[in-house]
Amino acid sequence: MKSLTVSVVTPDGPVLEDSFQMVSCKAESGELGILPGHIPLVAPLTISVVRLKGETSNQLVAVNGGFVEVRPDKVTILAESAELPSEIDTERARRAKERAERRIQSQQDDIDFKRAELSLKRAINRLDVKKGQ
Amino acid sequence: MASLREIKSRITSTKKTKQITKAMEMVSASKLNRAEQNTKAFYPYMEKIQEVVASIASGNVQVDDPMLKSRPIKKTGYIVITSDRGLAGAYNSNVLRMVYRHIQERHTSQDEYTVIPVGRVGRDFFAKRNMPIESEIIGLADQPEFADIKDIASEAVQLYADETIDELYIYYNHYVSAITQEVQGTKLLPLSNLQSSGKQMSAYEYEPDQESILKTLLPQYAESLIYGALIDGKASEHAARMTAMKSATDNADELIGDLTLSYNRARQAAITQEITEIVGGAAALE
Repeated sequence: MKSLTVSVVTPDGPVLEDSFQMVSCKAESGELGILPGHIPLVAPLTISVVRLKGETSNQLVAVNGGFVEVRPDKVTILAESAELPSEIDTERARRAKERAERRIQSQQDDIDFKRAELSLKRAINRLDVKKGQ
Repeated sequence: MASLREIKSRITSTKKTKQITKAMEMVSASKLNRAEQNTKAFYPYMEKIQEVVASIASGNVQVDDPMLKSRPIKKTGYIVITSDRGLAGAYNSNVLRMVYRHIQERHTSQDEYTVIPVGRVGRDFFAKRNMPIESEIIGLADQPEFADIKDIASEAVQLYADETIDELYIYYNHYVSAITQEVQGTKLLPLSNLQSSGKQMSAYEYEPDQESILKTLLPQYAESLIYGALIDGKASEHAARMTAMKSATDNADELIGDLTLSYNRARQAAITQEITEIVGGAAALE
């Protein structure tokens, strides 16, 4: 059976490199499912969960933005940060979520609001990955 | 000649200094090791992002993103990477001297440039000379993570996007080896020479289209260039400090040797004098 080599790379080092059957991720224009033999493609990703389907098990990765580069036999995800479920600290993510929610409610200026929104998204994303493990 | 006690106390104090410099040397050596690992971990990311940017940029000529296009220069931004602490040899002075000279050469008035210093030494240098400082980072960790510098990197890129500055330079010490560091000043924005060397890239499909990809990709690329320079600078800092502390330790060794020699001479002289006195005294009694 054909497979894809998937590598998730961040500035702080590679997070994951393994072979999988299918990659499904959320690009800015919508959900993308990638199977082996896909035409070369580049797409920006949202703060979301990337699901990697392997022969026996599945793997989830929490991705913070970045983009995906696809080649027929290789998928590379370049993100500012990415975490495997085992690396996520649930307690910390929950605290970050609460903090972001408080900040959104207090509604200061625009930049703070956007920042809080992004950090809320990241926190929810991390919690989702942890739950879906 | 100094008295025995004076020499002895100088020897003791030099030994203590030597212990400290020796310890600092070893601390820097281990930090350098980790900094090198960070650089290695960052390398695959940089390589990949460069490849994708190059293939997009070379694939199409009509790419028309502001980050790629040079515009008339009214104001220039300088990111200068220095350390928070001294005792790193010529690490800081090299980079600061070069930036200062370039600024003096290129600009006639203070409205034409702004500085973004990283590190306390750089901040103090520019503040003392009343040069315009846009923003600063101080107290950066020895092993910075991308998240730590994300803010300043995106701020610098934002300044360019808002047309507050029309070009952006970055100055830092490039790590060549543990004993050599080179000051480098490179133009970061507008992005140029994206064409990667050699092999033809695969032609990509873009989802949704090239322009929106470049819009997210190019800032990310510029930020990672800044991050790359920063961890490179950190590795150089540790290397420079290690070398400086090593030569301080060597100098202390030499000084201790010299002092010990003159201590022994003084001791010998004192003994000789005492014997002469006793012999003289005995002779007088006869």
